[in-house]
Amino acid sequence: MRRVVVTGAGTVNALAHDVPGTFQAFREGRCGIGPLEIRDRERLGIQIGAQVRDWTPETHFNRQQIALYDRFTQFTLHAAREAIGQSGLVFSDELSLASGVVLGTAAGGANTWDDNYRAVYEEGKNRVHPFVVPKLMNNAAASHVSMEWNLRGPTFSVSTACASSNHAMGLAFQMVRSGAAPVMVTGGSEAMLCFGGIKAWEGLRVMSRDVCRPFSANRNGMVQGEGAGVFVFEEYDHAQARGADILAEVVGFAMSSDAGDIVMPSAQGAERAISGCLRDARLNPEEVGYINAHGTGTAANDKTECAAVAHAFGHHADRLMISSTKSMHGHLIGGTGAVEMLACLMALRDGVIAPTINYTDPDPECALDVVPNEARETKVEAVLTNAFAFGGLNAVIALRRV
Amino acid sequence: MPQDVEKRVIAIIAEQAVLDVADVKPESTLADLGIDSLGLVESIFAIEEAFDISVPFNANDPQAGDFDISSVASIVAAVEALVAEQSA
Repeated sequence: MRRVVVTGAGTVNALAHDVPGTFQAFREGRCGIGPLEIRDRERLGIQIGAQVRDWTPETHFNRQQIALYDRFTQFTLHAAREAIGQSGLVFSDELSLASGVVLGTAAGGANTWDDNYRAVYEEGKNRVHPFVVPKLMNNAAASHVSMEWNLRGPTFSVSTACASSNHAMGLAFQMVRSGAAPVMVTGGSEAMLCFGGIKAWEGLRVMSRDVCRPFSANRNGMVQGEGAGVFVFEEYDHAQARGADILAEVVGFAMSSDAGDIVMPSAQGAERAISGCLRDARLNPEEVGYINAHGTGTAANDKTECAAVAHAFGHHADRLMISSTKSMHGHLIGGTGAVEMLACLMALRDGVIAPTINYTDPDPECALDVVPNEARETKVEAVLTNAFAFGGLNAVIALRRV
Repeated sequence: MPQDVEKRVIAIIAEQAVLDVADVKPESTLADLGIDSLGLVESIFAIEEAFDISVPFNANDPQAGDFDISSVASIVAAVEALVAEQSA
């Protein structure tokens, strides 16, 4: 089995359009949630979100590209450029043939669906743009990354609701570890802050109208976000041989299915993924210093997640830190695990733990160290990142400091 | 009209619970009727559609807001209030 390391990271999210800016926002505990600026906002019951501000596609892409790139693809390509740029990799010859892309997204081109449904249903048009299908398909982002950087190996997309990115990164890890590919570009993105995308979530009545307060007793729901996180997962010897800057080592991954309820989470299912990940990573629970929580800020998730962590870690649960950065960048649905991976890299590399902001009232059902409101400087050796999706699908990744 | 609200709300709840309307009593709680959180959210949607009202309900905090879901009778009363408010 090969060792797997991260040699590049890129992002765009509500906090910043790059990794350094996002780290800075994590350190400051800045909130990226605000009033939505979208069409027909006044008809929405939920009018806030963690929207990517000042996004001008024309700055990054030409006219032909914009015609083909839905917003989720634009975010992905922007993040991939930063990640692959940082890695210093150039994909040619054998490396190009063997390396691939696996990305997560829940909704794919939601804005493209929304715009074109409007055109045919609301405006009564009988013709749509010829690129609607290649723009909205869930694999569009992965395919464009493969085309842009000449990645000709295994390339596909994963869609498991809120666990999409963790499943994608977990698969990328397994592929590099098994020798199926020397390098995988992975992560995920989401751009469903459009009228239909928010209206759909509104229906479930789990959304907050004001702020996202994970683990706080007065939490009142989740807030949607958007953006992308993209990483370069590379075989350790390959990275060493070329003198790459290694950001962290990916050491374990596990997934489980609750096989229970389509929306209500299960502590047992989550615990099995956490414990399975520790076993896969050959980590003792005591070695884990930080967990980036799924921490949606809903009543159900946060208490279930805390119970799962408490069971999986036993007495060590009271010593580790667990924070939800969704309080800052919102819930990016299928892209969320990818942006949250950044908090893990920051913890391992910079020794800074991103906080859970907007925390006011302790909840006895979430009695863990949730790193309330202020970032903390402390060295950690190993971290986990949790994702628990609707449908009862759980995916947990472990990383270690290099 | 109030009588009518009660009948229609009970019909909606009975349908959700897959029960005969006669088995849905005013004092029944949703738990008695076997309606879980997802069933509750679906019932509220059906009530909103039936009466063309907007029910203030957040599944994260069912106790918050003025919409009392502790029993069938309390739901009927809350719907009556919302209907009255709307026609006022």
